[in-house]
Amino acid sequence: MVGKTESQNGAVKATAAPAMNLESDLFSNFSFKSFKLKTKQQELLLRVSILGLVYILAFITRLFSVLRYESMIHEFDPYFNYRTTLFLTEKGFYEFWNWFDSESWYPLGRIIGGTLYPGLMVTAAFIYWTLRFLRFAVHIREVCVLTAPFFASNTTVVAYFFGKEIWDSGAGLVAAAFIAICPGYISRSVAGSYDNEGVAIFALLLTFYLFVKAVNTGSLAWALASAFGYFYMVSAWGGYVFIINLIPLYVLVLLITGRYSMRLYVAYNCMYVLGMLLAMQIRFVGFQHVQSGEHMAAMGVFFLMQVFYFLDWVKYMLSDTKLFQAFLRITVTSAIAVGALALGVGTASGYISPWTGRFYSLLDPTYAKDNIPIIASVSEHQPTAWSSFMFDFHILLFLFPAGLYFCFKKLSDATIFIVMYGLTSMYFAGVMVRLILVATPAVCLISAIAVSATIKNLTSLLRTKSKTAVAGSSKGTGGSKASSKASFDQSQPFQKNGAIALLLGAFYLLSKYATHCTWVTSEAYSSPSIVLAARGAHGNRVIFDDYREAYFWLRQNTPPDAKVMSWWDYGYQITAMGNRTVIVDNNTWNNTHIATVGRAMSSYEDEAYEIMRSLDVDYVLVVFGGVTGYSSDDINKFLWMVRIGGGVFPVIKEPDYLVNGDYRVDKGAAPKMLNCLMYKLSYYRFGELVTEYGKPPG
Amino acid sequence: MARSTGKDAQALFHSLRSAYAATPTTLKIIDLYMGFAVFTALIQVVYMAIVGSFPFNSFLSEVLSCVGTAILAVCLRIQVNKDNKEFKDLPPERAFADFVLCNLVLHLVIMNFLG
Repeated sequence: MVGKTESQNGAVKATAAPAMNLESDLFSNFSFKSFKLKTKQQELLLRVSILGLVYILAFITRLFSVLRYESMIHEFDPYFNYRTTLFLTEKGFYEFWNWFDSESWYPLGRIIGGTLYPGLMVTAAFIYWTLRFLRFAVHIREVCVLTAPFFASNTTVVAYFFGKEIWDSGAGLVAAAFIAICPGYISRSVAGSYDNEGVAIFALLLTFYLFVKAVNTGSLAWALASAFGYFYMVSAWGGYVFIINLIPLYVLVLLITGRYSMRLYVAYNCMYVLGMLLAMQIRFVGFQHVQSGEHMAAMGVFFLMQVFYFLDWVKYMLSDTKLFQAFLRITVTSAIAVGALALGVGTASGYISPWTGRFYSLLDPTYAKDNIPIIASVSEHQPTAWSSFMFDFHILLFLFPAGLYFCFKKLSDATIFIVMYGLTSMYFAGVMVRLILVATPAVCLISAIAVSATIKNLTSLLRTKSKTAVAGSSKGTGGSKASSKASFDQSQPFQKNGAIALLLGAFYLLSKYATHCTWVTSEAYSSPSIVLAARGAHGNRVIFDDYREAYFWLRQNTPPDAKVMSWWDYGYQITAMGNRTVIVDNNTWNNTHIATVGRAMSSYEDEAYEIMRSLDVDYVLVVFGGVTGYSSDDINKFLWMVRIGGGVFPVIKEPDYLVNGDYRVDKGAAPKMLNCLMYKLSYYRFGELVTEYGKPPG
Repeated sequence: MARSTGKDAQALFHSLRSAYAATPTTLKIIDLYMGFAVFTALIQVVYMAIVGSFPFNSFLSEVLSCVGTAILAVCLRIQVNKDNKEFKDLPPERAFADFVLCNLVLHLVIMNFLG
């Protein structure tokens, strides 16, 4: 951890040093011309130091849980990522890429090499090997814990460049500051949250920035860079489907609004072909880019572009418009016919697979609840409430429409892109809580445009009586426009006072935003969820480390080939920390296997014993919170076990466990509930107030 | 009706030919290269239809290699063409260097994907 901040400080100092040297040189030869240059150097120094401070801020605001508890991996999914990264650093890339794991999903096993997104693990391993090469003796766990904050800092830098591309450097700086502390992003990138999204949001913003840069410049080099950015995104997260659908949609909108140009052709085609080829190198993605319905939009737009530009070229070559109209009609009808035929045949014959349940439930939110209980049961997949939006975005929520207004006032290829990104991501954020994360960069960028434009207008109102030299400074790209506007408004009294009042109001709002974000980070998003803290009777802090103690007990007191049955939530943690084989884990790729475990948990003891014998189970792990009032234990999740088990085995019926439609666990509970395995294991000798929980019985 | 469309098609064909003859030789060379790539892709598709697509990654890599080189040739043509006002600041050496770089990446990935 020390090594990281040192290298960041070194980077900041190195970029600030040449600026300082130039400034001292200019001080020595003091002439009239050097006055203008000095301002430019000052502005550069200001920008670099602001960006440096934002970089450091983004890193340290995510360190709450490391300071309060210890440097450890949080939650459930990160433990799997940690285990795979450990394997990668110990055994090398070739073993990792071809790994078949028999320790999870007993007796099926899991082809880990082919069913994961390797980007995060490879990134962390690369950082680890670099630090080791520089003779910093770090442990891989420290690297894993701090990967997400490091990449959050890098995201702020990308946001700065993106804002500069869309609007100007002021908006870029504000965007970097917003995204550094925005709770929507912090929630998934806090230190210890070693999950795909930490790296994926960086890759997402990078890909979008490089693509917009390619469209703006029309250069093949930038399009190649955006193809590599897309490759990194595909290797990092399954949410790359968002990119491969947003970019064709954006191209389509540009074509329809008549903003097509040669630059667009170069940018999209190079990025699509190279990006698709690179993406197919990831085994988990495989041939989906040509076979899955989710990726067909990109291919459709690709063919559409070929037709479109071919027609454009023919029109340019021909001098006779009437002839061209006839040609146009023939070509368009034949192209549409061929396209529709290909799509129809592909979908009907099943070659092009339809949209998978995970993404289809984004378009039709009721789909998962009726058909796929596993997807519906995850709490992050529920629709978002307004309070979540306010909690995660604060003032950005009303700055977002203001920014949209500014974008529409100054439409260009880049602003059209950010508007589309913002609108589509806000729709998806409304459907699923987890996707607020994807909307966060767009909201930050658009709000930054609003803040930057407003503050710029207000400050230029304050400087109406300034010299021409200052008006020509680099701070005012809209300076000439604003000064003419200011001279027009000279007649209004109290104009300056009004501007000062509004500026103070704006700064007050921004400071409240910073306070809110820090409070949210500290209270809500910094809990490791594997270690719990509470206040004891005398106000002292009580730490519950029961999860880790239970896993360590398993590791030390059971034979190495013991098999543990638990609900799928704990699978990754048991394999990572307990080092034992599990029956089901968080990958949830086999619904029937999970339903078997669910059936075992909800059956009478003798039936459950038969099922467990058939699965070769030696130990059962159950989490019970009745002693401490811990509310997210297995009794609370029990109805989901019943629903999932009942989805596959009709012998488990949910109404059997309810009393008049109510879920009760006290004396008046349903008889089947009182006698099922989960209840018996949880409340075993509870009457004697046993103070330990999570202990596996034999 | 059929005669008028036939005459239209002939007139179209003639005017296209005469307009195309006026393009510079460098662009015609690039067009020839692109035509060769598309022709190779067609041959490969016909071969796949006859023999079957078993190592699908090989088929995909070869088709995408041909399509990729065709696309990159078209991009080069766009950037080098003096009639395109958007690219008049771009020196043709830079356009060619980008073309070579992208082709290098394309063929490296293809070689990895051929399997």
